[in-house]
Amino acid sequence: MPKPFTPKVITANALLEGDVIYQTLTGWSRSLQDAEVLTDEAHADLRMIEAEAQADAVVGVYLADVIMDGDVPTPTHFREDFRATGPSNYAHGKQELRKQEHI
Amino acid sequence: MYHYTDFDDAFLKSRNAQFRAQVERRIDGSLTEDEFKPLRLMNGLYLQLHAYMLRVAIPYGTLNSSQMEKLAYIADKWDKGYGHFTTRQNIQYNWPELRDVPDMLDALAEVNMHAIQTSGNTIRNVTADHFAGAAADEVADPRPVAELIRQWSTDHPEFQFLPRKFKVAVSGASADRAVIKAHDIGLQIVRQGDDIGYRVIIGGGLGRTPMIGKVLYDFVSGEDLLPTLEAIVSVYNLLGRRDNKYKARIKITVHENGIEDIRARVDARYNLIRDQFTGVDQQMLARIEADFVRPTFLKGDEAPYHSAYQHDPLFRSWADTNLSDHRNPDYAIVSISLKAHGKTPGDATSRQMRLMAQLAKRYGHDELRISHEQNVILPHVHKGDLPSVYYALKAEGLGTANIGLISDIIACPGMDYCALATARSIPIAQEIATRFDELKLEHDVGPLKIKISGCINACGHHHVGHIGILGLDRAGVENYQITLGGDGTEDAAIGERAGPGFSATEIIPAVERLVLAYLDLRTEPSETFLQTYRRLGLAPFKAALYPETQAANAA
Repeated sequence: MPKPFTPKVITANALLEGDVIYQTLTGWSRSLQDAEVLTDEAHADLRMIEAEAQADAVVGVYLADVIMDGDVPTPTHFREDFRATGPSNYAHGKQELRKQEHI
Repeated sequence: MYHYTDFDDAFLKSRNAQFRAQVERRIDGSLTEDEFKPLRLMNGLYLQLHAYMLRVAIPYGTLNSSQMEKLAYIADKWDKGYGHFTTRQNIQYNWPELRDVPDMLDALAEVNMHAIQTSGNTIRNVTADHFAGAAADEVADPRPVAELIRQWSTDHPEFQFLPRKFKVAVSGASADRAVIKAHDIGLQIVRQGDDIGYRVIIGGGLGRTPMIGKVLYDFVSGEDLLPTLEAIVSVYNLLGRRDNKYKARIKITVHENGIEDIRARVDARYNLIRDQFTGVDQQMLARIEADFVRPTFLKGDEAPYHSAYQHDPLFRSWADTNLSDHRNPDYAIVSISLKAHGKTPGDATSRQMRLMAQLAKRYGHDELRISHEQNVILPHVHKGDLPSVYYALKAEGLGTANIGLISDIIACPGMDYCALATARSIPIAQEIATRFDELKLEHDVGPLKIKISGCINACGHHHVGHIGILGLDRAGVENYQITLGGDGTEDAAIGERAGPGFSATEIIPAVERLVLAYLDLRTEPSETFLQTYRRLGLAPFKAALYPETQAANAA
């Protein structure tokens, strides 16, 4: 029995800034909650091909597992959690963005 | 301090121009990432978890004030106002944008610095004793020969695609402050009668398979050093395993073939190439040595030092902990701690960098050093100036009196930044330091080196920590393994694994139990943690780490 396909998002780093990005229905976002959640394997394969074709804008495209918290995709592994939230020692990168959102 | 020649300047300029063009071609889509990646790595540019990271070499850990000021300028202009000093005497910028990196490299070139060969399967930044040129116990200053090796290895055509990365460290003293036995090649300057030469150690390394280096030659003369090094790397280049990344370092080559076999091969290669070294290298070395003349030490009044020592307990504590013996008895070596309790080990803000540069200029003969323990050194400070230096440092959060103590922790960037990491290191270091500051115990505990790595590659040197901590991913949860009894000095030893790992919340209390157990076990306050461990072995420390197992066995 092949393993059932679990929900995933497509993620990469932006070529110019290096920031973690997620593929959305229309492009890319810095925020995991905007990501297009893929629940069908064939569709995910297709979206991967499309993402990899954008080699002049993104680097290191791959599929990352998520679980759904209501409508919001949440990482299943702590590494993806850190990628989505930024470093823990400074309010830099995505931590900086979150701080601004709270203000 | 070595000053670039016209040749060095021209080389760096053309190399930077090449990279600028490569970056442009990547951005306009002419180069794919697969094509670009080896080019950026050759120039020290990584892509990490959240951003690019530029790793800049600080050759043999030596800087002058204008170089330190330039590092601060780069941090402000193209990064987030700080830099991270590493265990290999590099500085890493964690947030550069791709488009800016060529400008950063040009700025570095203005002060004779670069990021070449700070990555890739090449000979990396040559490191040295951070007390070089100042230490009381030194046979000779290791920096001139380290500079010669930097020049020899930079862009060396034969050694640009080695089986794996290759690290060289040099010490000029019998006390090893450069961890030379954990390097691919470790060199120790030694005296034999009236002659100065090199003990050559090879095959040391940490990482997945930690090994203590083995002596290849007890004494190699100065003129034979470079041909010997070339022969070693040449033998490794051919013999080293390219079939398996995890077996590709020279430590495995030496382990699998035996030191005698390697020696025979190196001897044969040496005999073949020796004639190519016509003595030009020795002429170059003589020129380099002229750049490293010792500063003219001043005669001054030591009274301010004695007065501050007597009247200010904070200064006294700092002086007792952060100063080391200088070869000139009127002087001291100042270690500036980048380990303020609760801060990120090895990080300095641009303000702090500028202050250290100013202090070096005003009080320190314009010299600074970066230690592999992620601190900054002012190698030559007259004792009378120590109070002025201390109070200035203290005002910028740089006056922590903890060198060599439990909160002077080496920590790699771990999963807060590094794409290879399997767990975080920085928060663990921050919490241990904060906890022992609360307990007000660290000066009672005395010398104790904690070293933390966020993955098996061991950039945090955990194998040679008295207490080593290795962060791993255990079934999707961060887990921390403890090793005990490691030592990175001339008595180098690999730490012994204590038992099952701890979660991120359990690891701080576990370290606390270990240290409290040591306080109970030591025969007297002067017996260090490492001495107690060597006297008693693992068992009593294991009992402290795993009390529940003890209770179960007793039941």
